Amino acid sequence: MSAALSRWRACPYCAAALLWLALAAGPAHGAAVLADLSSHIIAIGGGFTGDSVVLFGSTDGPGDIIAVVRGPERGVTVWRKGKVAGIWVNAQSVTFDSVPSYYAVVASRPVEQLVQPEAAALYKIGPANLKLTPVSPVPPDRARLFAEALIEQQQRAGLFAADIGKVNFLGERLFRATLSFPANVPTGTYLVQVFLVRDGDVVSGQTTPLVVSKVGVDAAIFDLAIREPAAYGAIAIVTAVVAGWLASLPFRGV
Amino acid sequence: MDVYLPIAELSLSVFVLFGLGAGIGIITGVFGLGGGFLMTPLLIFMGVPAGVAVASSANQLVGASLSGVMGYWRRGSVDFKMGLIMLLGGLAGSALGVWLFTLLKRIGQIELAISVLYVLVLGTLGALMIIESTRALLRHRRPGVVRRKLHQHNWMHGLPLKTRFRRSKLYISALLPTTLGLVVGVLSGILGIGGGFMLVPAMIYILGMPTAMVPGTSLFQIIFVAANVTFLQAYSNQTVDAVLALLLLIGGVLGAQIGTRFGPRLRGDQLRFLLALLLLAVAAKLSFDLTVRPASLYAVTIALG
Repeated sequence: MSAALSRWRACPYCAAALLWLALAAGPAHGAAVLADLSSHIIAIGGGFTGDSVVLFGSTDGPGDIIAVVRGPERGVTVWRKGKVAGIWVNAQSVTFDSVPSYYAVVASRPVEQLVQPEAAALYKIGPANLKLTPVSPVPPDRARLFAEALIEQQQRAGLFAADIGKVNFLGERLFRATLSFPANVPTGTYLVQVFLVRDGDVVSGQTTPLVVSKVGVDAAIFDLAIREPAAYGAIAIVTAVVAGWLASLPFRGV
Repeated sequence: MDVYLPIAELSLSVFVLFGLGAGIGIITGVFGLGGGFLMTPLLIFMGVPAGVAVASSANQLVGASLSGVMGYWRRGSVDFKMGLIMLLGGLAGSALGVWLFTLLKRIGQIELAISVLYVLVLGTLGALMIIESTRALLRHRRPGVVRRKLHQHNWMHGLPLKTRFRRSKLYISALLPTTLGLVVGVLSGILGIGGGFMLVPAMIYILGMPTAMVPGTSLFQIIFVAANVTFLQAYSNQTVDAVLALLLLIGGVLGAQIGTRFGPRLRGDQLRFLLALLLLAVAAKLSFDLTVRPASLYAVTIALG
């Protein structure tokens, strides 16, 4: 509890979070925007090559839609290589807290034309507004440099997608967008935040969850390896022993 | 046909993995070397994360050594007492190796350490084999065998804890096999290799064991060292990909049988020369990757905790 409290206090975006809660809880009747996904689960099985879900919804009048897709947050270390004795080694590092494992923005028009920078910063719309903060204090220049490198690396890996689809309006009130996820999409619980934008400001919003999870034998193996590492290690050894013995049987007496 | 490797988190062709296993198995059969020192770097070249490559190689090594030891066991050429005493050092060494691995991983230097150690190991081994096989090739033209003494007495025979090894007809200090097991065990823990290429010559020239007893005894202790590495890697780093290990193992065991049958018909010194060139090529590729400016100076890893 105290940990949760201190974390809450340490959160520099409490204002944003509170405002967001107010918006999400919003008017009980006739919300300005309503949205849902065609599926709330992306199942990663054998031969998974990526998947897409359809985001759809309606607004209570003219306006634009921005949707932000965020994967579960985790700590991430960014390394910068330097040349030591002729060899490229990981020389410097900065660790960032709470970096979304996946981040993408879709909108009905280019985001910079839709919202003012202050609103974009408040609702963390766009990778530059993620406000990545180092775990331990580092000089601001360096923090900025490493944060930029982090975003660039994630973009290169397809995990921070600048443009994974477009929000299309059908008439004035109905909208839909296809969200495409790559083969290397990280697992976990995602949040899809849908913002209704009018005159450069966010007027309403809704959040809907999306679960990305491994399924089938691969998922079972992965789960076991993470959750029961000792049992998994023992099974891996027994499997190798049995397989090694079986495979040598046909050659007995050679 | 691709198969998804759940821990490595990537898809690779089943045939490529079988082929890799079989190729290394053939080398194992022909030369009596484990071939693990080629397995890990080749997996890394294929895109498998270095940690997963090391841990999964150790996993497949458990089965490969077991299937290899059977034949020697049936012929009675395994010195179990020697193997168990080496294993004392081997278990401690491999635990130390995995601990070092985990530490290096935490400070972000494990990939570097693996590459550098492989350059050293493969470079040394390749160079030694080139020299040895060149000599053998030259000797082929000038017949006449040089005999050496069975073994010489030196300071090592003054060490305490003298133990009798009946099978090997030796009376030496137990500290020698333990230390040998310890040193090779550390490498096993970090690199996922059995270390047969170090154990075999050391057992012949340092311990003075009869050559016939060496491969079986070395394989016998490698089974348990590799099992220890597999368990500890799975436990502390979650990097053992059992699916990858199984595919490599099946290819490896079949390849080893082929190699064992055809090995004796081939000319060893020429083959050793070719293998040495292959080792040096892998070492060269690894050192090239270390020294050339990377495409991106930045790398991202998931922070622990």
